[in-house]
Amino acid sequence: MTGLPLDGVRVIDLTGVWAGPFGTLLLADLGAEVIRVEPRQVFQPSGRGGSPRPTKAQIANMRLYSQYPNMEPGDRPWNRSAFTNPQIRNKLSLTLDIRRPEGRRIFERLLKLSDVLFANTVTDTVEGLKITYEDLKAIKEDIIVLHAPGMGLTGPYRNYRLHGATLEAATGFTALRGYADVHPSQNASTYVGDFAAGSQGAFAVLAALHYRNLTGRGQGIDLSQGENALHYLGPAILDYTANGRIQQPQGNHDPRAAPQGCYPCKGGDQREGFGSWVAISVFSDDQWGGLCRALGNPAWAQEERFSDSWGRGQHHDELDRLLGEWTAQHDQYAVMHLLQAQGVPAGPVLSVKDAFADPHLRDRGFFESVTQEDCGTHLYPGMLFKLSKTPLSIRTPPVRLGEHNEYVYKELLGLTAEEYVELEREGHIGMDYPPHLR
Amino acid sequence: MAPQALSDVRVIDLTHYVAGPYCTKLLADYGADVIKVERPGTGDPARHIGPFYQDEPHPEKSLLFLHLNTNKRGITLNLKSKTGRRLLLGLVKDADLVVESFAPRVLPSLGLSYETLASVNPRVALVSISNFGQTGPYRDFKASEVVLYAMGGEMYSCGLPDREPVALGPHWIQFQVGSVAAVAAMGAFYGARYQGLGQQVDISMMEVQAGGTERRNQVLVGYQYSGMVEPRMAGTGGGYPSQMYPCQDGYFFMIGGIPKWDRFAELMQSEELKDPKWKNPAAQRDPDLQAEFEAIYLTWLAEHTRVECWQAAQALGITCAPLNTVEDLLKDAHFKEREYWVELEHPATGKLTYPGAPFKMTETPWRARRAAPLLGEHNGEIYGSLGLAKEEMVRLREMGVI
Repeated sequence: MTGLPLDGVRVIDLTGVWAGPFGTLLLADLGAEVIRVEPRQVFQPSGRGGSPRPTKAQIANMRLYSQYPNMEPGDRPWNRSAFTNPQIRNKLSLTLDIRRPEGRRIFERLLKLSDVLFANTVTDTVEGLKITYEDLKAIKEDIIVLHAPGMGLTGPYRNYRLHGATLEAATGFTALRGYADVHPSQNASTYVGDFAAGSQGAFAVLAALHYRNLTGRGQGIDLSQGENALHYLGPAILDYTANGRIQQPQGNHDPRAAPQGCYPCKGGDQREGFGSWVAISVFSDDQWGGLCRALGNPAWAQEERFSDSWGRGQHHDELDRLLGEWTAQHDQYAVMHLLQAQGVPAGPVLSVKDAFADPHLRDRGFFESVTQEDCGTHLYPGMLFKLSKTPLSIRTPPVRLGEHNEYVYKELLGLTAEEYVELEREGHIGMDYPPHLR
Repeated sequence: MAPQALSDVRVIDLTHYVAGPYCTKLLADYGADVIKVERPGTGDPARHIGPFYQDEPHPEKSLLFLHLNTNKRGITLNLKSKTGRRLLLGLVKDADLVVESFAPRVLPSLGLSYETLASVNPRVALVSISNFGQTGPYRDFKASEVVLYAMGGEMYSCGLPDREPVALGPHWIQFQVGSVAAVAAMGAFYGARYQGLGQQVDISMMEVQAGGTERRNQVLVGYQYSGMVEPRMAGTGGGYPSQMYPCQDGYFFMIGGIPKWDRFAELMQSEELKDPKWKNPAAQRDPDLQAEFEAIYLTWLAEHTRVECWQAAQALGITCAPLNTVEDLLKDAHFKEREYWVELEHPATGKLTYPGAPFKMTETPWRARRAAPLLGEHNGEIYGSLGLAKEEMVRLREMGVI
């Protein structure tokens, strides 16, 4: 019993990589009992890190988002991956291979006790696993089933494999961002679609749960990650359908603000690819006046050509250069405080290191210290929002593989000790991947 | 007609710009009765932000506003007037949710704090969306899309190594926040409806990003675990190809460190790539082998269009994509077959094509019931439902209250 809004809601979590786990994370944070169902005799790609047993040398080559505590694999690397762990707090883990007949039988028993099934695998896998809404409805009449494949459950691309970086290219995001003077094909990858699909999936489930409470009816949800993310491009889409315009990347500029940009600061890590930076926006004459005061009214700021927003927009590159010369003499936080004191939007570009030291995030208690048996104690990013009367928090640490086998098999499903041992013997139950999986 | 999931949910929408309106758009698009409250005269500032229909700046022709406010009813109300405040509390009486995106000082200063709302309706949930949250040292700081991304998101590693960090596309952070706010709103609503507990939700745009999976939560944990920091870099990393390369009619993208190498070799129809030396993931990072790899890959790309590359590689189960523009998507057969695009009629623009359902529900569909409201379009019916006579509404208009 969590006492939280979703107390009593049980979710079967068949998600992988980032989009799906982010969706079930939001449900788990709100108090749902989210049970990750994970096979242990096969390693799901990007399920718990990139591979079950990376070597220390492999870890040394990994990106920051895939790192391990002390850059060591440890005894159970699958419980230690930064790729996975931020998204599996407040969840339970059950090991079960639903592809095998006895696994399927257990899965169906669990389904009958559940409210929601959430998956984000590609459509042919959904069909192969027999976890379509129709399949599952036949087992539990009022189940809510959400599938979030890259391009949806129908249509020519229903079996196309896409992840964050490829999804954003296919759906028009990459072509709309980046420096105005660099071709979008050179953009570094971002993962907007994962974020969008995850949060939208949680919203969809909540809407369906409410409807089920009113009517007793479950339903199936087809969340195309591509179509969902396209809402973020709404203005660009309408600019095309209404005006025939294909919008281009604008870098750090915005037609309504000048100066606006990301400017160098002193201090911090000044190696290439790092640096210390501050973002600043000036939308109005008032804010321009504030900026000038913060800078001590330098002579260039008094020039006629900068006196209104039209002129500032016309000479934006020149303004960027002049403002950058000033910011480069100051620390990023000093710039923020000087400008904010004059009512000008400004803030440091926070590196991962800076973020943990940021006074505001600390004051609000955003990071939470969590101890997980296989990782030790670390600070983790916390809740995405605060509820005043039923505070949300990291109630349980990033879940270890198979950590809740006893609870689910014995307490929830009521398996006998004999049945449990039998499933263990068949390889379903355990807290390790077998040694042959590397 | 099939019912909608949120048809019995009533929302008073005090939001403006992007994040709040996107949150309430989602609620409205799935059936909620959303009453958008705008300032008399000028309305939501998003009405004055482009792009505009036929490039004509006009409060009823902002395409940003039209996109964000579908399926809502709109009224005007001056919350600074005593009568305005009283009328709002009248609306709150029957509401499930109040969603607002004022600076944190504003609602209390108008005499509309959560406690006041709860005094007329104890089961109402107040969803407050702000730059930095309702508490803390930055509470009253000003922000913009780029400032929010800088402070909350993973801007630091976004961009090229020899350049400054660079923003995402227009308003994207605010859309992310709106999407999470819809989850938070539904969570609070769910608690209010089924546990009888009204409360306030505090959403900080900075924290939504810092806790979110646009890689920010992963890199924050990655740093905690390893102490490692990472520079800005092009592509995806993880071995070549790792970036987009030109093909016959545009650009094509395959994730670096190709995990399905055999299929890739088959796609290239290349005997050389079947050599076992390539199977070692380290080989796919070996700069000495890159020229050999590119000679094969770039030749193949040059012989095929984006669509051919995409279809052929996807047929083998390889994760990949073409670099598409919005125009490509509007013409694409997939979205047409799924009936994604919808047409909506609006008095100031006529019929326009909009993005449709973000997800499809079998029982309770997404629906385009009406285009965004004109400023004050529903004053008559909504104030009428509060029992105001026509003459009273005229008087309130004269006073600038509505």
